[in-house]
Amino acid sequence: MNPLVLWFHKLGSPPYFYRLAGRLLPWLWGLGLISLAVGLYGGLVLAPSDYQQSDAFRIIYVHVPSAWMSLFIYAFMAVNGFIALIWRIKLSETLAMASAPIGAAFTFICLATGSIWGKPMWGTWWTWDARLTSELVLLFLYFGVMGLYQAIEDRRQASRAAAFLALVGIVNLPIVHFSVNWWNTLHQGSTVRLFGPSLIDSRMLWPLLVMAVATKFLFAASLLSRARVDLLELEAGKDWARQVALADGDAA
Amino acid sequence: MSQFLSMGGYGGYVWSSFAIFAIVLALDAVAPLLKRRRVLRDLRGRARRAQKRSEETA
Repeated sequence: MNPLVLWFHKLGSPPYFYRLAGRLLPWLWGLGLISLAVGLYGGLVLAPSDYQQSDAFRIIYVHVPSAWMSLFIYAFMAVNGFIALIWRIKLSETLAMASAPIGAAFTFICLATGSIWGKPMWGTWWTWDARLTSELVLLFLYFGVMGLYQAIEDRRQASRAAAFLALVGIVNLPIVHFSVNWWNTLHQGSTVRLFGPSLIDSRMLWPLLVMAVATKFLFAASLLSRARVDLLELEAGKDWARQVALADGDAA
Repeated sequence: MSQFLSMGGYGGYVWSSFAIFAIVLALDAVAPLLKRRRVLRDLRGRARRAQKRSEETA
């Protein structure tokens, strides 16, 4: 067999993934915290204040990376849910279900910081505008996936049902992204663009991009940490899980 | 320093946003560690019971 395919099969085996994730975790946490420190220093200290919003604009450094992560994690969860439904790979089920609470956390941060930003700039904490409402729907989709997963007794059936819900909910992602173009909203349009020049000074842009990288690392670290525990729980009857528990017995 | 903390008069808004970001992500990082302790305890209990059963039958 092709070595890449072989490695992929190996990765799907819970004990192998458990060991690999354990080795990767300190690096992911380290890189995440370092890039977080750089991004926060750049955003809070080095970036100049905005000509209109003064220093209130600095909320962008937590609000926008969280918003990007709320969409990115949902897509990640849906892709893993798709793989879990089609190929019944246990690891994908675990990854999909482990990413749901992290995505909900980032969506909550996005909504809360957006609300705090809205008060001084728009004069209101909340308005039922297209961007805000569709992001709130995203939070409820995460809650729905988590709730459905908890509500079904059989763990594997539960993750397949929740994965199906995650797939249906993917229709909300383009709505969130394009809401500022499709409807007249209070929320501003995209400032940072993948295609074409961004509408933001480079001294303000780089800390934002560093924060985006930092949140990716923090997501990866939290995801692997959650997936490891979930696999231990799922495979509680297996020999490898017993050995892990006994080897860890003195430490914990 | 106090000028930095005041954030041009928006200090309360800016710092509460960054605090929410930090607190929620810290909770997100701690949650799997707590669950890990519980799962390992369950696994050790399961192993002990299995060993006891095998000793009784032997």
